[in-house]
Amino acid sequence: MAFNSTVETLPAMGRFSLRCKRENTVAMSKALGFELPSSISESAQSGGMTALKLGPDEWMLTCPMEARSEIEKSLAAIYPDAVHSLTDISSREVSIRISGPEAEELLSTSCPRNLAELKSGRGVRTIFDSVQVILTREEQNQFRLDVWRSFVPHVMGLLRVAVAEFECGL
Amino acid sequence: MLLIHCPYCKEKLPELEFEYAGQAHIARPDNPAEQTDAEWRDYLFIRSNVRGDHAEQWRHSHGCGRYFNALRNTVSDKFIATYEIGQACPTSHAEGEENNEQLES
Repeated sequence: MAFNSTVETLPAMGRFSLRCKRENTVAMSKALGFELPSSISESAQSGGMTALKLGPDEWMLTCPMEARSEIEKSLAAIYPDAVHSLTDISSREVSIRISGPEAEELLSTSCPRNLAELKSGRGVRTIFDSVQVILTREEQNQFRLDVWRSFVPHVMGLLRVAVAEFECGL
Repeated sequence: MLLIHCPYCKEKLPELEFEYAGQAHIARPDNPAEQTDAEWRDYLFIRSNVRGDHAEQWRHSHGCGRYFNALRNTVSDKFIATYEIGQACPTSHAEGEENNEQLES
């Protein structure tokens, strides 16, 4: 059986953790220029910016590195009216992209979720062999794992072993 | 592995994403300074240790991060209901399930 999936780490990107109460989401959406997703695991994007809802009052924003100060400025401007917490967590995590027809099966070696239920364009915080990760299904056969930096060697090691097993048909 | 329904994510998810966080519905006294030593000890340490349906707190720590309440049978390990913090405990339980044997009714 031919194996055609790839595992690669992605270059640095801007990440923010955004926390705010429900009544402030309208003001936040206005300042960001697009509607924040309203239910958990949904994502919304505009330009190079993506917002993923992780919890009832928590979003992860991703953007190009150079767009960070712009986001910080536009949200700081509305802070007095819409209290929120915006934290730059860009260097906390490293992103790993898994793409190819076997991507879902490859992830299922260490992730207990039913990945078939995770629809394209959605993302969740979950666990990957005891490591907390943010798993996003970017396309049907393309996933992104956001892993805390110090856990990356462990996660990459597991994925490498899984790839080797797939390649020799185990 | 147990599958637990998170009332915030509205999904049934694997137990590995959750952690247990003790008995539910224990309100902190409004003014601890007015409590007697016995009352304060009861609030801090005395728990029901039910054999049967037990209302308890869980946290979806590797998911949405929220605490929620669950009604679980401690004998069969079956989750009867999960509900958001602040909601009343659903009292009904499935036919044939064991009743609370130690909780006051």
